[in-house]
Amino acid sequence: MIPSKFDYVRPNSVDEAVAALKAGGEDSKVITGGQSMLPLLRLRLAAPSVLVDCARIDEMKGIKDNGDSVTIGAASTHWDVLNNEIVKTHVKLLADATATVADPQVRHRGTFGGALAHGDPAGDLPAVVVALDATFEIAGAKGRRQVTAKDFFVDYFTTAVGPDEILVSVTIPKLGKGWGTCYEKFNRSANGWAIVGVAAAVKVEGGKITEARIGLTNCASVPVRASSVESALKGVSASATEIESASQSAADGTRATSDLGADKEYREHLMRVLTARAVSCAAGA
Amino acid sequence: MTELAEHVAAVGRPLKRKEDARLLTGKTQWTDNIQLAGALHMAILRSPMGHAKITKLDVSGALKYPGVEAAYGADELGDLNGSVPCVWPVTDDMVAPDFPALAKGEVRHMGDCVALVLAGTAAQAADALEGIVVEYSALPAVIDMEEAIKDGSPLVHSDKGTNKCYTYKLQPQGDGAYEAAKAKADVVVKRRFVNQRLIPAFMEPRAVVASPMGTSGELTIWSATQVPHVLRVLLALVTGVSENKLRVVAPDVGGGFGGKLQCYREEILCVALANKLGRPIKWNETRSEDMMATHHGRDQLQDIEIAATKDGKLLGLKVDLIANMGAYLQIITPGIPLLGMFMYPAIYKMDAYDFSCIGVFTNTTPTDAYRGAGRPEATYAIERIMDELAHELGMEPMELRKKNWIKHEEFPYTTAAGLTYDSGNYEAATDKAMALFKYDELRAEQVKRRASGDKVQLGIGISTFTEMCGLAPSRTLGALKYVAGGWEHCTIRVLPTGKVELVTGTSPHGQGHETAWSQIASDTLGIPVDDIEVIHGDTRTSPYGMDTYGSRSLAVGGQAILRAGEKVVEKARLIAAHQLECSANDLEFDNGVFRVKGDPSKEKAIQAVAFEAFSAHDLPDGLEPTLQAESTVDPQDFSYPHGTHLCAMEVDTETGKSTIRSYVCVDDIGIQINPLIVEGQVHGGLAQGIAQALYEGAVYDSDGQLLTASFADYLVPSAPDLPSFVTDHTITPSTTNPLGTKGVGEAGAIASTPAVINAIVDALRPYGVNDVPMPALPMTVWRTLNAARQGGK
Ligand SMILES: Cc1cc2nc3c(=O)[nH]c(=O)nc-3n(C[C@H](O)[C@H](O)[C@H](O)COP(=O)(O)OP(=O)(O)OC[C@H]3O[C@@H](n4cnc5c(N)ncnc54)[C@H](O)[C@@H]3O)c2cc1C
Repeated sequence: MIPSKFDYVRPNSVDEAVAALKAGGEDSKVITGGQSMLPLLRLRLAAPSVLVDCARIDEMKGIKDNGDSVTIGAASTHWDVLNNEIVKTHVKLLADATATVADPQVRHRGTFGGALAHGDPAGDLPAVVVALDATFEIAGAKGRRQVTAKDFFVDYFTTAVGPDEILVSVTIPKLGKGWGTCYEKFNRSANGWAIVGVAAAVKVEGGKITEARIGLTNCASVPVRASSVESALKGVSASATEIESASQSAADGTRATSDLGADKEYREHLMRVLTARAVSCAAGA
Repeated sequence: MTELAEHVAAVGRPLKRKEDARLLTGKTQWTDNIQLAGALHMAILRSPMGHAKITKLDVSGALKYPGVEAAYGADELGDLNGSVPCVWPVTDDMVAPDFPALAKGEVRHMGDCVALVLAGTAAQAADALEGIVVEYSALPAVIDMEEAIKDGSPLVHSDKGTNKCYTYKLQPQGDGAYEAAKAKADVVVKRRFVNQRLIPAFMEPRAVVASPMGTSGELTIWSATQVPHVLRVLLALVTGVSENKLRVVAPDVGGGFGGKLQCYREEILCVALANKLGRPIKWNETRSEDMMATHHGRDQLQDIEIAATKDGKLLGLKVDLIANMGAYLQIITPGIPLLGMFMYPAIYKMDAYDFSCIGVFTNTTPTDAYRGAGRPEATYAIERIMDELAHELGMEPMELRKKNWIKHEEFPYTTAAGLTYDSGNYEAATDKAMALFKYDELRAEQVKRRASGDKVQLGIGISTFTEMCGLAPSRTLGALKYVAGGWEHCTIRVLPTGKVELVTGTSPHGQGHETAWSQIASDTLGIPVDDIEVIHGDTRTSPYGMDTYGSRSLAVGGQAILRAGEKVVEKARLIAAHQLECSANDLEFDNGVFRVKGDPSKEKAIQAVAFEAFSAHDLPDGLEPTLQAESTVDPQDFSYPHGTHLCAMEVDTETGKSTIRSYVCVDDIGIQINPLIVEGQVHGGLAQGIAQALYEGAVYDSDGQLLTASFADYLVPSAPDLPSFVTDHTITPSTTNPLGTKGVGEAGAIASTPAVINAIVDALRPYGVNDVPMPALPMTVWRTLNAARQGGK
């Protein structure tokens, strides 16, 4: 399909981008990789008056090691992220999850920040940043602000990024020693979206799980933590059977929907099975 | 002595495809690349409703948009609103509703054409659709086929008073024969299989350009079609434009799978409007339009019953189909189930066969040919029920097949459906496949996994399929009330410089005809493959043809190439004999050179003869100049490729996910002209057949909303979803054509679907699972398994 008419600007800095968004008024929109935006435009489900292309703003690109955390520019592509040595070493969960996103074409264009700002409950990366307690830097006309992962995802396709704001970067704390991670994605075809995804980070000390952080993809309108499994896992031995029984509450607190790929009952079943698998794999069980 | 290189036999060599460089790099002309000055772009407003009355339609608003030159609803279009033709009235009393290009007051499926806009650019046309005012009043929709044939069902065509299109019966052994066979049976197995609706999803969406050319009143139509010749006849009949003024060109076409075997609404509209306005009209569809307005495939409910003795000898087979026509009939919609009708007995011997089919209208996109067209449905049902029968009998499924199949020494064999299979060797293909597959090892592993209660179970699926290719001969088609014939044409011209033009009536859309046809002609003429140019897909340059579908192009078209080539050689022989001063009988022809028997120093290459035929200075008396010949061949009979396909499937019993571990197929397609092309066809076919089993399915809600209207929901698998295939072959030449070829375009798609589902069912048999609906998506398998575990089915 052919999109409706729109104007296009390509600012060189975050400030210019914020100004351009403001100048464009209510109907202006950020575009980075375009992998979610272009389908909406072409199906005429969105008809913005101005597109502000942030894909080439230097400040929004690049990946930095801060010592105890890693900062990833929002306009880094999925490809940049999953092949980056800092990410592979210190935020392996993100590299693994990003490798499951779509196909090589999409990974070369789509961006980390775009995938988060889009707020798609079926996206793989929101669950990861929620599990890892990331913080988000957002720029707007009134300056910069920091938002925690817990507060970033608001509802279906709605995040803390306001219509006149831009997601600049995301900072993810390193996990440190004793932690293992795993992303279990379940989809109907190899480059399809997740029916359910489980991002697990597990700390094992002396054969026992001392801490677990679990983010769930596509189990509610926003990515959620499987908090009751996280508590249930505390202190259990890192064995497949114990993990399996602790994972039985994985669907607690989720609000699964039904669609062609899975109804609520099946989705909840998958949450339990995949949580057990992800935790087992992260714990080396 | 001649300087020409020794000719090496071309047939049988895995030559790389001549056409690939241009196709793969895009350095070619797809229909949508055609830019004509002054063209108007057409955009179509489609029904978002499954069934509704159009209570208001005002297209005038669209005229206010920039660049718009015209807008039409059915009222504005008047007489130009031609109807989509159906050329296969399968019964005398078949209900054939009118199918106007633009809906007249009522829409009957999501995607039905309501109005159109013509504008200077495609973007302007798309924008202007928003200016059309249309109001609908919803009518009750009927989607479910069984609901549709109940009394009191909403009617798709209220003027027809019924949703039944036709009822067809075939009882080759006579009425009551099946019941008599069944009476002798120890075991009778009955199943309902659902062969779900599929969307062809070819790579290049449909596109049309229609334009007046020159001053002679000629109208040229470029269309992404697989049937330029058939399309020309139909467009002439539908639009009233004189056939000799119509030229249809199929430029390079990016796939079809039957989906471009059609005379579509949009083609009719472009031609009618170009003719009326005297300007080029261009249209190309979006993928979403394609999903809802290109004809769909399959969609049958199959009640199948098989009767056997307790030691596994088949006695009879009864098949009762309900086939979804969709909202209207298109080119051969009603005939598709009947192409399958002949194939239910498959490779098995039995005493009696009984078939019936009810065609039904529903508020869905019309169905028609899709890779295999009727035969995949038949193969699915028979190969599935053979496994079910084996299970009931406690027999190994391959043993049951061996016990009943036609033995290689029994060919030619007339089946219970009345077809005479010319040749085959099911034993050889099966032995080879089982060895490659390591059948016994896998069965042993299956036993172990079952015993250990492994969460991932292993299943083995078998499909020993056959099918019929080369839709023909013409008389047979006539007897089935199909309007057209089944012949094919070829002209071969050897040019003065020794290069060759080969004009074929087949119309490739990805199959590699240019290479394979060159190989056939190369061997016949003794002229190198690279010196042969294959000309196709243009009714001006290749005026006669029946086009490409049903794996007919080689099985039928190949014969015409061979015969035309032989005629060229016969004529060349007369000229060579004249010039070498001997009698034609004294010449032998080898590798493109005529030599006098016993005096090999006297020789003449066919290329040199071509020049003599051109200069015509010294031809035998009465012989016409030029070296060319043509042939139109009506085939003697169908051909029957067959094969043994084996699938090993791992089924995760926790999630229901099925993963193919290995897939082996041994196909017997007779003589192979180009084994590389054969392999490609098999791979693609397997992907599509596996797609039906595991991924694809068009789904409508009860209002007629197509829920799978994009690739996000309609799951076409990609390479990572498919295993590495092991493909091999046996060669049992066809005896119904001189090349010995059978056809391979559809084999993979026909054979693989039941192999995959049989494998899943086999994996889950210990849990009491006896069937899994298609597509066997994880949730479906999980639900089936749960139901079986709870004792239900
Ligand atoms: C075929 C296909 C398959 C896919 N499969 C998956 C999958 O399996 N898993 C998965 O997680 N994702 C998948 N995606 C989505 C992919 O990850 C996209 O790249 C991502 O959703 C959006 O990133 P983008 O840079 O392309 O954003 P864009 O499309 O440019 O923008 C998306 C939205 O985010 C906003 N936005 C973008 N960047 C910013 C910013 N810096 N600040 C503020 N707002 C911003 C835009 O305004 C827009 O609303 C798939 C996409 C496609 C096309």
